[in-house]
Amino acid sequence: MPLDNPSDNIRKFKLVGTRPDRQDGFDKVTGRAKFGADAVAPGQLVGRILRSPHAHARIKNIDTSKAEKLAGVKAVVTRADFPDKTDGDSGLFDILTNIMARDKALYEGHTVAAVAAVSAAVAKQALKLIKVDYEILPHVTDVDEAMKPNAPVLHPKLFTEGLPEKPKKPSNVARRYEFGHGDVEDGFAKADIIVERSFKTEATHQGYIEPHACLANVSPDGSGELWVCTQGHFMVRDYCARLLGLEISKLRVTASEIGGGFGGKTTVFLEPVALALSRKANRPVKLVMSRDEVFKCTGPTSSASIDVKIGVTKDGLITAADATLRYQGGAFPGSPAEFGAMSAFAQYHLDNVRTIAYDVVTNRPKQAAYRAPGAPMANFAVESVIEELAHKVGIEPIDFRIKNAAREGTRSSYGPVYGPIGLLATLEEARKHPHFKAPLGPNQGRGMAAGFWFNFGGQSCVSLNIPVDGTVTISVGSPDIGGSRASMCLMTAEELGIPYGHVRAIIADTSSLGYNDVTDGSRTTFATGMACILAARDAIKKLCQRAAMMWGIPEEAVTWEKGYAKPAGANAGNFPPLSLKEIAAASGATGGPIAGHHEYSADGAGVSFATHICDVEVDPETGAARVVRYTVLQDAGKAVHPSYVEGQFQGGAVQGIGWALNEEYIYGKDGRLQNAGFLDYRIPVCSDLPMIDTKILEIPNPGHPYGVRGVGETSIVPPLAAVANAVSNAVGVRMTELPISPPRLLKALETANLAKAS
Amino acid sequence: MSGVHVTTRINGDEIQFVCEPDESLLDVLRNRLGLTGAKEGCGTGDCGACSVTIDGRLTCSCLVLGAEVDGLDIGTIEGMAKGDELHPLQKKFIEHAALQCGICTPGFLVAAKALLDRNPTPSETEIRFGLAGNLCRCTGYDKIVRAVQAAAEEMNSAKKIQQKVA
Repeated sequence: MPLDNPSDNIRKFKLVGTRPDRQDGFDKVTGRAKFGADAVAPGQLVGRILRSPHAHARIKNIDTSKAEKLAGVKAVVTRADFPDKTDGDSGLFDILTNIMARDKALYEGHTVAAVAAVSAAVAKQALKLIKVDYEILPHVTDVDEAMKPNAPVLHPKLFTEGLPEKPKKPSNVARRYEFGHGDVEDGFAKADIIVERSFKTEATHQGYIEPHACLANVSPDGSGELWVCTQGHFMVRDYCARLLGLEISKLRVTASEIGGGFGGKTTVFLEPVALALSRKANRPVKLVMSRDEVFKCTGPTSSASIDVKIGVTKDGLITAADATLRYQGGAFPGSPAEFGAMSAFAQYHLDNVRTIAYDVVTNRPKQAAYRAPGAPMANFAVESVIEELAHKVGIEPIDFRIKNAAREGTRSSYGPVYGPIGLLATLEEARKHPHFKAPLGPNQGRGMAAGFWFNFGGQSCVSLNIPVDGTVTISVGSPDIGGSRASMCLMTAEELGIPYGHVRAIIADTSSLGYNDVTDGSRTTFATGMACILAARDAIKKLCQRAAMMWGIPEEAVTWEKGYAKPAGANAGNFPPLSLKEIAAASGATGGPIAGHHEYSADGAGVSFATHICDVEVDPETGAARVVRYTVLQDAGKAVHPSYVEGQFQGGAVQGIGWALNEEYIYGKDGRLQNAGFLDYRIPVCSDLPMIDTKILEIPNPGHPYGVRGVGETSIVPPLAAVANAVSNAVGVRMTELPISPPRLLKALETANLAKAS
Repeated sequence: MSGVHVTTRINGDEIQFVCEPDESLLDVLRNRLGLTGAKEGCGTGDCGACSVTIDGRLTCSCLVLGAEVDGLDIGTIEGMAKGDELHPLQKKFIEHAALQCGICTPGFLVAAKALLDRNPTPSETEIRFGLAGNLCRCTGYDKIVRAVQAAAEEMNSAKKIQQKVA
């Protein structure tokens, strides 16, 4: 769907770009909004899950007989209740194996059995009565260790894909990827200065405040209902139906309000288990995770080990860029190594570029998507080397970036040629920003980074209904994580020419709409929003038909303008305009209800770039680094509801700050997670931070009628490097490992002082 | 285990319930009394999503036993609006887009109200430390802090007008 009015690129909007109150706000500030754990069904049972205490163990036997005999226990399920119905689909088989361990427990926290009982106390007691006979196996949790030839192998049937020849032995390397163009060796030969460095980042969790929760109710006739907090209830329905052998149309899934996802709620964990328990007990079953379970058993993102080599001429032009990325994605293939490799150099115009990536399995929970999956760690490594090169060449880092920036017509490092993009605009705006010129205090440093994300379109289906009072309901199938319903209403009202308050958006269940992809890839405001626009245009066509009928003139003789049907010209007749409300009021007599629909798979999601500027202050005694000023400049294409666009910029930046400074999965030698709670896994709190300044730039996306680009993910890409560059500039030591926690920074300072002394 | 009989006041109403001796106040509120505005984000007092007041004092309801609140006065998010009139904090949270997913919002509002009850004119730093026990993963806190500042300003100017009228 092309941009409206592409010639001047300036469309005058009445509502899009304004900041009205969100319509679900009232329920959310009064405690009335119903999230995953807030639903109740008559006669519901409490579910609880038994999890492996071992990082890697063969499950020789599971004896549930004592638990089953305990009074109040209504169902117990194990691997025996999940026969393989995946029909050779290896990805689905991995999901099946992840939701209920089969021959082996592959990480601490892997589900081994589950019970449903009349109370939480009985369920807990039942778990203690389940006897699991484990044979403990050697484990590995570090990505570089897992790639060594003598590492314990998780999957005897895993042979590295993407190599010229199939390897003779299985290993933990699931796949090798390669992207790029030109000849990097040739490019490095032309370079005057080359910087080559290795980096490591730790795994971080999405950290949504709402633990996973669902309420399942399966009836003996094979039909079922599921209430669940998820980023995609159609995805949940399809996975659950396939894993359990249910008919898709008999399983009705309703998305609750969702308490954060950031990519972590884009797969199933509890849901098939709750359905299996409910089917066995013939009662509704509610399953809610504890925070400990969220950390140990749901997907954090990958930890990574990355080598970057970049060469430049003495004038500051990049001649070649090369990177090797190793990402562990937990116990199953599918780490975002590929996205890391594709995005690593996407912000630069490069003649010679190569990225090689390895997707590696380890004895950790299966990773899940986390906001721009794979990109932040690659960006950290690349933007750190860029900063260092700029210093070496003697050019201001921002000018060095501008000089080498990708622009319209650049062949990206991952293949496609860019259309109109906003990278240069964000860099130039950054250079003008007062933040850039503000003086720094003692022990302070400034850093910056530019980042990229692809954005995604995908499948959406929207229904729009106009009742007789002329108000409008839009039913969408994309769960609203951050206020997207407000954007949907704004775009629909804009098209129809009616007030924002006359449109109401609901998230319809899976039986009410066609398939909708998961709310991910920054796709919802772009793709589902465009489906709302197109559904409104479909409704306008019907409104015009009804007006034609009311006037007794041909359909083609009616046009729609600012909420009114009007005769197209003098020849059409002289009729006073009919409002949407008047046409709706007459609908019963002119052919029945008026509705608009749109269903499609959206293309044309425009890529998105951002530049971040960060000031930190370092305490040389404690090694604590603190962000004292932060600015985000990002291209939104067109900001539909600017407050929520700013919110995406700010939220992503702060998640990235946490990743850079505090957050990490810490494993003991026993392969167990040592910090599975918010006290020890420290996400940024209010007192850690300054205000996060934002600047929205609008370079229209030619693939959307209003020019909208997704905005949710790009904002987490630059902060890791921006913070690390700021710290490195403050202390004069290049920080190559994240998080830059106080012990790590102190150590770097000590090493630097020792080097100075000697 | 036999249940414990408890008589308490919740949002001004006398409420009686029977709970297990080891049951948290949060579980009582959510599972026995249907007050699901308080959320369980961690169950260990680290996230503040379950914030309530007990005799006016801000508390994580996941760290208190239901059996402990006999005779005490509990305030929850459900009692913050007066009838259909939202509290200024609730209004400003909506106006300033201080929520995205909204799961932490009830806890933030209860904590922010406790802060303003104690200190009606907090500085930005005081707001940031006053809300440091509540985790939000969506907003980066910027718009939350601004909403609290705006609510404090509105409440103070309303108070001044009232004083002038009186």
